[in-house]
Amino acid sequence: MSLAARDRRLAWGLLAPALLWTAAFFILPFLGMVALSFAHMEGRQIVHGFDAGNYVRIFTDWTMLKALINSLEITAVVTVISIVLAYPLAAIIAFRVPVRWQRLALLLAVLPFWTSYVVRSYSWLLVLGQNGVVNQTLLGLGLIAEPLQIASTRAATVIGFVHFFVMLLTLTIYANLIQLSPNYARAAQDLGAGRWQTFAHVILPLTLPGVVTGAFLTFVLCIGDYITPQILGGNAELTLPQLIMLQLGRSGNFPLASALSVILMAVVTLAYVTSSRWLRLDRV
Amino acid sequence: MEMTMARNLPATCLALLMTATPGLAQELNALVWCDHTDPALIRPFEEKFGVKVNLKEYEGTAAGLAILEQSRPGDWDVLVIDAVDVKRAVEAGHLAELPADQLPTADFFPELVMAENNVVDGKTYAVTEKFGYNTISYDKSKVDPADMEDMASLTSGKYDGRIAIYDYYLPVLGLVALGQGVNTADITADTLATLREPLMALRKASKQVSEVVAAQTALATGEVDIVVGGGEWLTAVLASENPNLDWTIPKQGALRWAQSIGVVAGSSQPDLALEFVKYIVSPEGQAALATSSCYWGMPANAKAGDLLDDEAKAILRWDRQPEYLSRAQLYPIPDAALDTAMQDLWTEMLNQ
Repeated sequence: MSLAARDRRLAWGLLAPALLWTAAFFILPFLGMVALSFAHMEGRQIVHGFDAGNYVRIFTDWTMLKALINSLEITAVVTVISIVLAYPLAAIIAFRVPVRWQRLALLLAVLPFWTSYVVRSYSWLLVLGQNGVVNQTLLGLGLIAEPLQIASTRAATVIGFVHFFVMLLTLTIYANLIQLSPNYARAAQDLGAGRWQTFAHVILPLTLPGVVTGAFLTFVLCIGDYITPQILGGNAELTLPQLIMLQLGRSGNFPLASALSVILMAVVTLAYVTSSRWLRLDRV
Repeated sequence: MEMTMARNLPATCLALLMTATPGLAQELNALVWCDHTDPALIRPFEEKFGVKVNLKEYEGTAAGLAILEQSRPGDWDVLVIDAVDVKRAVEAGHLAELPADQLPTADFFPELVMAENNVVDGKTYAVTEKFGYNTISYDKSKVDPADMEDMASLTSGKYDGRIAIYDYYLPVLGLVALGQGVNTADITADTLATLREPLMALRKASKQVSEVVAAQTALATGEVDIVVGGGEWLTAVLASENPNLDWTIPKQGALRWAQSIGVVAGSSQPDLALEFVKYIVSPEGQAALATSSCYWGMPANAKAGDLLDDEAKAILRWDRQPEYLSRAQLYPIPDAALDTAMQDLWTEMLNQ
């Protein structure tokens, strides 16, 4: 057997477990879900077949369409705000914090990951409530006369998400920033570029893979989450994952839940295709 | 039938057999609601029979039945289910017949025997274990308790933005129906249409629609002052921290929730599963279940009253049960089409 053939066999052998795992726990269930999305309900029974009724309903029923729009709006806002907050934080850790303290700074940055997601959401509910820390502070400072209605609004959902995803984006952007040679900035400045020009035309383009990777992960995790909108949003509006959960837990309408999940997968796939040019998941 | 063996096998013998024979049926798998996960409830049974009870929580009958449908026979031994959905579980073949003569239903509050729900074609498949009310919970230091006696006050404008709606369509739609003078048993596709406007008006007056913990948090922190669909199950666990949290049944009435327990068909250890059911509906089990850590509720077995202290009974309104029971109606029991219509209306309300 030639060396190349042996290497190929070895490569397939090493790949096989991952491929089998992916086939068994992603591809096959996904195909099953797609097939189920074309079934329909008769009473409480699932009737298998090819019926596009679920998809027609999703795009013609305003309640369902609005849930999709809500999800996209919230995800877009969360992703943009998280990038705006995470980039300076990552830059400060990478360029201003002494190297020996950077690990500690990163550790502090990811500390919120250590607590349970559900507990963190309920904690935010207490912080943002009428008698919570935010309102009490603003009232104490005389900045507001009446408590602000933050909890059980979209703003609360966005705040809860941003708190979580700033940490994620900080990591991916930081990983990109520390790989940049300082010579790029020096060369730009030697050529007469100001600090802003250096950032806009040199640093930012070079760190775009880290930003896009973090943004993509934020998008995927945010658009698929139903706990934060449920707890912090107070069901003030429905998102797509909440709608899916309603179909699963309440109605037992698995075909409609599958169709909604396929739409969710399609949105995530679209986000992947759009960002794939810059995506560097190895930076995570 | 295997179940008949248990009729002749005293529980003590079964307990001795379990503890003396390592490896023999040492685990019991129960699909339950969160109130069954309190160690104070489960431990006495585990110690008596020398077994471990594995508890899996689920929410919503559809989710529970889906779990059973995706399981192999023998995976589950015990099922706790909404009493009004027992027939649905029986029709799906998920519940085994229980020996009615071994159940202490003679000691139950008469309204809680619920034979119309637990007995199908003359066979008993489940037994009621706990009940309570979906009604109005409120903070009496923030709202006028007299207002809470009339559902109309909720949408009068006086409490706009101070209300949370419990996120469960059946009891809340039932309450809205009662507010419109429609009995829960009379809800049909036609009457449902008349509930749309009052439901949306209630939503407009509300700040949030929340599941149990979020509704409790909102009430406890002053985020809202009223929870529509609440009751003793919502406020009792908070009563020690905030005695101002109260509940009442308004003049229009309230919904009575009830949960039943049964043995799963195909259980690999039906005798032990039956013993668990019998323990849960015994006075000891009932007292522990009534005051379990997740949520409180009235025990179906009235003899549990002998084991509950005065404070617990006061919180549960033990003495007012005859009056409350007479004024409360059961959950609506919709067929599949009406159920879908009710959920669609609820989803529309959520996304209003």
